[in-house]
Amino acid sequence: MGSIFRSESMTLCQLFLSSEGSYNCVSEIGEIGLVQFRDLNPDVNAFQRKFVHEVRRCDEMERQLRYLEKEMQKDSVPILDTGENPEAPQPREMVDLEATFEKLENELREVNANAETLKKNALELTELKHVLNITQHFFKEQDSEPNSSITQNLLPAEEGKGSVQLGFVAGVATRERMPMFERMLWRVCRGNVFVRQAEILEPLEDPVTGDQVHKIVFLIFFQGEQLKNKVKKICDGCRATTYPCPETSKERKDMGQGVRGRLDDLNIVLNQTTAHRHRVLAAAAKHLRTWFIKVRKIKAIYHTLNMFNLDVTNKCLIAECWIPYADLGRIQEALRKGTDKSGTSVQPILNRMETSVKPPTFHRTNKFTRGFQTLVDNYGVASYREVNPALYTTTTFPFLFAVMFGDAGHGFIMLLFAGWMVLREKALIASKMSGEIWNIFFGGRYILLLMGLFSIYTGTIYNDIFSKSFNIFGSNWHMGHNATVKNLSFTEALTLDPYYRDEYIGDPYPFGFDPIWQVSINKIAFQNSYKMKISIIIGVVHMLFGVILSVVNQAFFMNTLSFVFEFIPQMIFMLGLFGYLCIMVFHKWIHYGSGPEFSVAYGSSCAPSVLITFIDMVLLKSEEPLPGCNQWMYDGQYTVQVVLLILCVICVPIMLIPKPFVLRSRHNAKMRAQSHLATIHEEEMGETSDAHEEEEEFEFSEVFIEQAIHTIEYVLGTVSHTASYLRLWALSLAHAQLSEVVWNMVMKIGLSQSSNVVGSIMLFLIFAAWACLTVSILILMEGLSAFLHTLRLHWVEFQSKFYKGEGYAFAPLTFKHIISGEEEE
Amino acid sequence: MNMKICGPKCSLCCTLISAWGIVQLGIMGILFWVRSPAFIEDLKIDDSIMHPAEVDIHGNAKRYLEAMDDSFHTIALNCWIAALLYIVTLFLSGWQLWVNNRISA
Repeated sequence: MGSIFRSESMTLCQLFLSSEGSYNCVSEIGEIGLVQFRDLNPDVNAFQRKFVHEVRRCDEMERQLRYLEKEMQKDSVPILDTGENPEAPQPREMVDLEATFEKLENELREVNANAETLKKNALELTELKHVLNITQHFFKEQDSEPNSSITQNLLPAEEGKGSVQLGFVAGVATRERMPMFERMLWRVCRGNVFVRQAEILEPLEDPVTGDQVHKIVFLIFFQGEQLKNKVKKICDGCRATTYPCPETSKERKDMGQGVRGRLDDLNIVLNQTTAHRHRVLAAAAKHLRTWFIKVRKIKAIYHTLNMFNLDVTNKCLIAECWIPYADLGRIQEALRKGTDKSGTSVQPILNRMETSVKPPTFHRTNKFTRGFQTLVDNYGVASYREVNPALYTTTTFPFLFAVMFGDAGHGFIMLLFAGWMVLREKALIASKMSGEIWNIFFGGRYILLLMGLFSIYTGTIYNDIFSKSFNIFGSNWHMGHNATVKNLSFTEALTLDPYYRDEYIGDPYPFGFDPIWQVSINKIAFQNSYKMKISIIIGVVHMLFGVILSVVNQAFFMNTLSFVFEFIPQMIFMLGLFGYLCIMVFHKWIHYGSGPEFSVAYGSSCAPSVLITFIDMVLLKSEEPLPGCNQWMYDGQYTVQVVLLILCVICVPIMLIPKPFVLRSRHNAKMRAQSHLATIHEEEMGETSDAHEEEEEFEFSEVFIEQAIHTIEYVLGTVSHTASYLRLWALSLAHAQLSEVVWNMVMKIGLSQSSNVVGSIMLFLIFAAWACLTVSILILMEGLSAFLHTLRLHWVEFQSKFYKGEGYAFAPLTFKHIISGEEEE
Repeated sequence: MNMKICGPKCSLCCTLISAWGIVQLGIMGILFWVRSPAFIEDLKIDDSIMHPAEVDIHGNAKRYLEAMDDSFHTIALNCWIAALLYIVTLFLSGWQLWVNNRISA
């Protein structure tokens, strides 16, 4: 029977599948996600497994799909997500998919390469255009005749010396390289070259990286062959591209026009290439997600098939799997569907096996309980069929959180946030928001909802809403005979004594704290006493509940030994000491009070301290009472306390000693019985039989030490864990004080103003600041802190009383995470 | 009509704070108007009235009570005016939220 009370009962099965039907059967099983397969070939290398080729093909397909995805993201093509769940395609369809992907990849690579080449050409032409423009600009000043050459001699040829011809080189270099280039030219050519440069105003796109680079056009004038060679070599070395620039301005004009024409053509071709690429990507984007899911499903199926064993006849595959006993019908249904789809007539056989291996732990959870189950599992997965603490955590966790959080206003805001997440659940899941912090909050939305609700409840009990109290029933404290105008003029603080019935009416406020405490000076002293006592009471109740849950486990596993020698002494110890403490607290609350109805011995001056009484009980001391007071709270208290103390002391050796001895004698009896059987067997058959089936090792010292550790942990734990529950008091005090400080330091400044104009503007601004501080410090930070402490109380103080947590989680083959698109490791 | 002043996060934040401010300041205004003693520590009373120099018992007490009433009244009006300002802010940030939705959609 499955429920959240206990984990499901699992059974180990052997599955016989025919080779043809195995693929489809595994596909169907993956869809329902209820079967965990065991790896039957653990020592086989990944490269030697049966279906390694198919897995390799799937990997290749996934790589191609990822390449496509990257290209789509580069072009910002939206990938469609229809939310459909395609089935894993048949093996023969894999070939079609492979062909499609390969074609797409090749096409895309080709288009990309072409675009790169085109861009490179365009860049060269653009640079050439700029070079021509700038040289035009340089030589404009001196060109009177359009046909004169730049290199024409300005000086008349001298007699005896040859004519002097100036050559020049034009080119483009990056702006960053320019200073180095100039310096190199200066040094190498010994200052005999003349450089003119001008910046290209618009940045040009680098074809490879796509960055925008600034470039500079330069013109180098030199004389003679040697300098020309040097200049050319330096240009190559500094990676400056040179362009042939014609000397006459008419030729330059013609070249410029030609360049412009070619550039226009090139741009048209480039645009068409980009448009084509975009079309290809858009067409593929419609199917990309479906393809991803299909490929991942195929890979998962082949990974699973790799875990199977091949039968001797090579006709069928054998698998071992864990399935929940309750789902046997559903799995057989799935197997039938799979074999029908594959078209074979051989039905698969599901055979149950007996085993002593511990099965995995499977809790069936719904969207509400899943959050709490995660909290418990993070400490340790429950042992097989152990009682599940997550069921009780659904209530105790928000309650203990609320005791520490205790403010109705903050709880209300938490409730609003969690309520929004819960009501818009479906829309938020569909929108697939990423971000780890958001996922944490969204996954715990039901926990947050309950925490908010419970916090509103404890906020009304503590009568605290944003550090103010609300007065519903009318306070039970009044201004009595001491509150005269004369007294009030002279004292800053008036003490209201609960003894006088005109100051305190004698009955408590109907629900929660009296609202007057919030405006009183000694609020903390009063609240401390109350909160400490209820922390201890809640702690003892919680821990007793944990001990009682261990009985449920012991009854289920029929562990009478533990019941007698662990549960009973544990209960007596806890109840005898700390249960008695709680009873004393209640006794004092009921019988001691302030007012004329109580006699002096039961009045406020004679009320004994519960803690001192408890310490005296353990140390067997007794104190002298004050005059007029009783020594004991009730008749026979001394005898009762001594009896309880002796009982508790006896419990310690009962927890420690008997169990290991009993276990040892049981083990010895079993060994004797087994060897007895073996000798009988030997006599009958006349042959030596082999060793026993199971050699159970029994180290007495180990068992004894383990028992000692458990005993010490429990006995010391009763004291330390009970004190640990005082954090319920500490955190609620801190929260209340922090809330008050934020109000007094921030909001009060905005409120206590005397003018209307200035006051309202200040209030308007300060309220926003107060709201931000409330949300960030009081709700987020304090909420996180209280959450953590509650978690610790559950994990350590509660669960150490009964929880083993030594199981392993049920990890079925399921396609759910493939469909939701989570990344696989 | 489509001008964007602040981004999506800022406008959402401002809308939520404005809504919260209207509700809370409205309620606080009512509570101050009916002179709820829970807010007694938030009042603004002049120091000369809080700690009077002369001993005039009944006069001092009367002045103190009048100052308390005045302060309650003033702060109540302040709360309501601030609530009105938050209504304006709600409209502005709501409009920005709508503009941001249109830009991203």
